Amino acid sequence: MTTKVFIPRDAAAVALGAEKVVNAMAEAIAARGLDAVIVRNGSRGMHWLEPLVEVETAEGRIAYGPVKARDVASLLDSDLLDGGDHALCLGKTEEIPFLKQQTRLTFARCGVIDPLSLDDYQAHGGLAGLRNAIAMAPQDIVVQVTESGLRGRGGAGFPTGIKWKTVLEAAGARKYIVCNADEGDSGTFADRMIMEGDPFVLIEGMAIAGLATGATKGFIYTRSEYPHAIAAMAEAIEIARKAGVLGASVLGSGHAFDMEVREGAGAYVCGEETALLNSLEGKRGIVRAKPPLPAHKGLFDCPTVINNVISLASVPIIMDKGAAFYRDFGMGRSRGTIPIQIAGNVKYAGLFETAFGLSLGEIIDHIGGGTASGRPVKAVQVGGPLGAYFPRALFDTPFDYEAFAARDGLIGHAGIVVFDDTADMLHQARFAMEFCAVESCGKCTPCRIGSTRGVEVADRIAAGIEPEKNRELLADLCNTMKFGSLCALGGFTPYPVLSAMTHFPDDFQPAPRVEAAE
Amino acid sequence: MSAGTLARFGDRLPAHEPGGLLLNIHQPRTDIAETTLAIVEELKGLEGPLLPILHGLQEEFGYVPQDCLPVIARELNLSRAEVYGVMSFYHDFREHPAGRHVLKLCRAEACQSMGGDQLAERAKRLLGIDFHETTPDGAVTLEPVYCLGLCSCAPSAMLDGEVHARLDAADLEALVQEARR
Repeated sequence: MTTKVFIPRDAAAVALGAEKVVNAMAEAIAARGLDAVIVRNGSRGMHWLEPLVEVETAEGRIAYGPVKARDVASLLDSDLLDGGDHALCLGKTEEIPFLKQQTRLTFARCGVIDPLSLDDYQAHGGLAGLRNAIAMAPQDIVVQVTESGLRGRGGAGFPTGIKWKTVLEAAGARKYIVCNADEGDSGTFADRMIMEGDPFVLIEGMAIAGLATGATKGFIYTRSEYPHAIAAMAEAIEIARKAGVLGASVLGSGHAFDMEVREGAGAYVCGEETALLNSLEGKRGIVRAKPPLPAHKGLFDCPTVINNVISLASVPIIMDKGAAFYRDFGMGRSRGTIPIQIAGNVKYAGLFETAFGLSLGEIIDHIGGGTASGRPVKAVQVGGPLGAYFPRALFDTPFDYEAFAARDGLIGHAGIVVFDDTADMLHQARFAMEFCAVESCGKCTPCRIGSTRGVEVADRIAAGIEPEKNRELLADLCNTMKFGSLCALGGFTPYPVLSAMTHFPDDFQPAPRVEAAE
Repeated sequence: MSAGTLARFGDRLPAHEPGGLLLNIHQPRTDIAETTLAIVEELKGLEGPLLPILHGLQEEFGYVPQDCLPVIARELNLSRAEVYGVMSFYHDFREHPAGRHVLKLCRAEACQSMGGDQLAERAKRLLGIDFHETTPDGAVTLEPVYCLGLCSCAPSAMLDGEVHARLDAADLEALVQEARR
């Protein structure tokens, strides 16, 4: 039987040399006349081991990593195709602790299957949720999603079912499902991974959203920085269309639903839902005032569901296994699982899907293994460039929407960036303001002007110019931005700035200004 | 190029070819207009076609020439100001051609935590340019990018659409060498 060798096509694996490994492997397989085929899977999310090569054996999949092209010959010499022992052998993939400790619901297939094989997808439970949804009334689908407790995984945490209900009940000849795949937050890559590693799950989730709300057209708006994800999604949509999963009659149900991928153009603010809608319409990515809500007047003024990739990709398993199954995971009002993205200066960086409720310390120290540099952890930024910096003193915070909010933070899209003790928090605060200035859409004054003033004030503090007065000014400016901005860009930029000031006051006390000698 | 041929700034022609007369005047080029029209015709049936059109033009020309704008405006029934307003809003769309290679370095937090700032400084020194600039020989344009989604293997970069991660000083030097060619 032909042996399958898995080498990821995920951008992280590619960036670490997966293409070279594939070429070397293909050549070696041909030269040695071996009966093996290379499958380009998604990533398992253990990025310190990428490129992670797996081989399918009678005992299960055996992993090797990180593999470089030059390792291929010695791997094959060591009977790679039979799961032979080698210095890079990690044993059974499923037994690797980082993977074994996870609860993979949304990412169950990511890294396991060939992302562009619809047969593979169905063999691993795919389309079961959509088939169940087809047999249900739209109201009942909405009830399932509502009862699952699923909340928007993009960061706002708004209940997905309630959004869907609003669109279902909204009058409109045409309705849209828009997938927000504009994953611009540093430290996040879950959307990218699912689009590259299991694109059909997103298609299925969007088709279910279409059935539930009466929408017939979907858009995935993603980033131009994600060429691999765009290519995978576009190809998967084409395959789904040919197979009748999308089109005039979704799986023969008589309900129409089709979709396309749209590419952004490097504007971070388009991750804000109303700016995204403007961008899709072909306008400047300017934030809209709410109300009207997108659920009432969204894309082209039609009722529109706009959900994050992970929210939509979590729907198929809810519709497959039922609301109660999903709701049983998690804590408090944060139900289900969350793909935590551990990034930055951390030893075991990658994607860790788990039920809500792990403490920040468990995630950083036990799962992430501390810093990559081996130095002490100074701060972690949770939730992207608009998320707060947490010191070690707050590492007991459980990963939960409300618990983070109670400590003036946010979990956002669940990305965590780890910094060691060489980080200068004043510099990080300045960067937050600088980033906001670069990316502000310009519509509201606190964000547009406040961010530029923020950079200047931070620079004055760094230069030792009237530090006390300028610290007060910076805090005051943050307050204005927080309460006066139209959207989360200006409104949340104060989180990293204020948290840095609050938790790391020493970094805001630069050496007194050296006066020029007379 | 034969003597007396007109060339304009923005054309992808050698800058100082002898015999070419370099004029900085606005004169719509028919070939740009025709190509633009073909791209617009192909995409204008889409819902919200402007971004796909601008992407298509940038792919074709390497930037979005001024001469495209009146054509788009006419075909989509927009004002030129509206088209220019959209184009200039997005970081991706260039008004002028870039170097032969574009090196994008990630400046976002995850890459900062792994020495991204130092790497960026090094790249600037190696190329002798700042962000948003092109080397005098037209080989490399250096640009910042805010996140390539490779935060778990920082610092990262993109050279002409190819991604590279976990870069150290030597990797960066190799990338710069490659781009210089």
